[in-house]
Amino acid sequence: MQRKVIFNNRLLPYLLLAPQLAITLVFFFWPAGQAVYMSVLHQDAFGHSVRFAGLDNFAAVLGDPDYLKAVWRTTYFSVAVIVFSLVPALLLAVMADRVIRGATLYKTIIIIPYAIAPAVAGVLWLFLFNPAVGVVAYGIKAAGVAWNPTLDGAHAMLLVIIAASWKHISVAFLFFLAGLQAIPRSLLEAASIDGASEMRKFWTIIFPLLSPTTFFLLVTGVVYAFFDTFGIIHAVTAGGPAKATEVLVYKVYYDGVLSLNLGGSSAQSVILMAIVIALTAIQFRYIDRKVHY
Amino acid sequence: MAAVPAALEKSGQPGGPALSAAGLRARTDWLPHVVIWAGILFTAFPLYLIFVASTLTPMEIAQAPMPLVPGSELVANYSQALFTGSTGRYLSPPVTQMLVNSLIMALVITFGKILVSVISAYAVVFFQFPLRMFFFWMIFITLMLPVEVRILPTYKVVSDLGMLNTYAGLTIPLIASATATLLFRQLFLTIPDELVEAAKIDGAGPMRFFRDVVLPLSRTNIAALFVILFIFGWNQYLWPLLMTTSQSMDTIVIGIKKMIGTGDALTDWHIVMATTMLAMLPPVVVVVLMQRAFVRGLVEPEK
Repeated sequence: MQRKVIFNNRLLPYLLLAPQLAITLVFFFWPAGQAVYMSVLHQDAFGHSVRFAGLDNFAAVLGDPDYLKAVWRTTYFSVAVIVFSLVPALLLAVMADRVIRGATLYKTIIIIPYAIAPAVAGVLWLFLFNPAVGVVAYGIKAAGVAWNPTLDGAHAMLLVIIAASWKHISVAFLFFLAGLQAIPRSLLEAASIDGASEMRKFWTIIFPLLSPTTFFLLVTGVVYAFFDTFGIIHAVTAGGPAKATEVLVYKVYYDGVLSLNLGGSSAQSVILMAIVIALTAIQFRYIDRKVHY
Repeated sequence: MAAVPAALEKSGQPGGPALSAAGLRARTDWLPHVVIWAGILFTAFPLYLIFVASTLTPMEIAQAPMPLVPGSELVANYSQALFTGSTGRYLSPPVTQMLVNSLIMALVITFGKILVSVISAYAVVFFQFPLRMFFFWMIFITLMLPVEVRILPTYKVVSDLGMLNTYAGLTIPLIASATATLLFRQLFLTIPDELVEAAKIDGAGPMRFFRDVVLPLSRTNIAALFVILFIFGWNQYLWPLLMTTSQSMDTIVIGIKKMIGTGDALTDWHIVMATTMLAMLPPVVVVVLMQRAFVRGLVEPEK
């Protein structure tokens, strides 16, 4: 935690910390405190009347069928995004790990989506799936499906799941590949000598040894699906049609910024904050095992 | 690696017919390439289609399905996007201006974050002072407070400070970074005590040691962080959405969203696609060129 040999200076360390602490206090702690404070107040949209509301805002949020629907929708969306990004990423990583020739080129192409903004990835898929001009939409319609994500909630949900997963495969791929390359070759060769098939080696050696990486990717995947996909949802569907793609983060934004329901939005913020704190705690609790098996 | 186990596998199956062993070997040879090519197709084909669309006329895009080979409008579309902007239902500013805004935002966030976190990590590691650990935990906890969970109050703070629609409002609040501070702290803890002793005996003060020893040792980490933070900064969405209302402050990512509106038939798709290509280009170039540093930085640090 602390070095044995240090410099002695009274003022300097405070000066060095000052910029970071100032930004942290003004833009992180103060607003987070305000969010908690506003979540226990009741006020109208114009700020004319304010009174202490206790946990009323939380009760209202948690009792609101719309909110519960958004919770369910977020769960469904997150599970889908995690499955559709981690499974292909693992498959690709296992294959890339076996390949020698061309491995660098393959890797370079597969990591490209990491660099693309969520909102831009959203626009990309929106274009391909656009019922009027999209190439993929044309194929789907040719197959006899009345594809229209602007009217059909299930279609819209599928569209944002594809965009979010497409972007996330790259990160998961890199972590899986690093995990695979850390597995001792001697172990796999010993298994081969014993006559184990590729499938058997995967399930009895590779997959268990990868579990710290998988666990890490599951936790960070939840964070990604919960928060980082805001840009995709906002750019592609704006939560629609008829709230079919309104996930929790989008709802906080919509209720707070667009509907000015301050107490309700703040209570939702505090609930989300609790979720992030729990996820971060889990991540750091188990982070050491990510590298040392 | 693939060849050796495949060969061993063959010898590991006593009595198996030679033909099927050879078949197995062949399968292990082509299977990875097939799977990877499927992955590459899924990754790259959408990007290729966006590029094609950015070279077509609006009529060519509107005739479903659009052509799958590049058209003749590459220069026309990109110069219209860069110097005029979208002229469909939504009149956008020229994309050049959005690119400048995005570049300023990305670079200020990147270098600001690196600078602020490298000095705060230095303070926490190389000095002993009251409240040291308290400050360290304060920085650590910001990991748990992403913008998304404090949207309205943060907006209010920025607006009270008169920073809406300014580059300062767009960048400064994002400059504090727990991740980068933790990364540098990790690295600094590995610097041998002997090095610090030697520097002190030679009469080097803390700032001299920082400049001549610590910064050069941090070069690799700084390179990795540059890639990660540049992408983070360039791709910001919710923050500029909240902090800027003026068109002149639009970043390219926000600009694209405004151009598509609801994505109906009146969208200027050829210009939107050219703009999308331009929005992807800088972060993709950074990742591809600095791939080694990036992969090391993303995968290796335990945060």
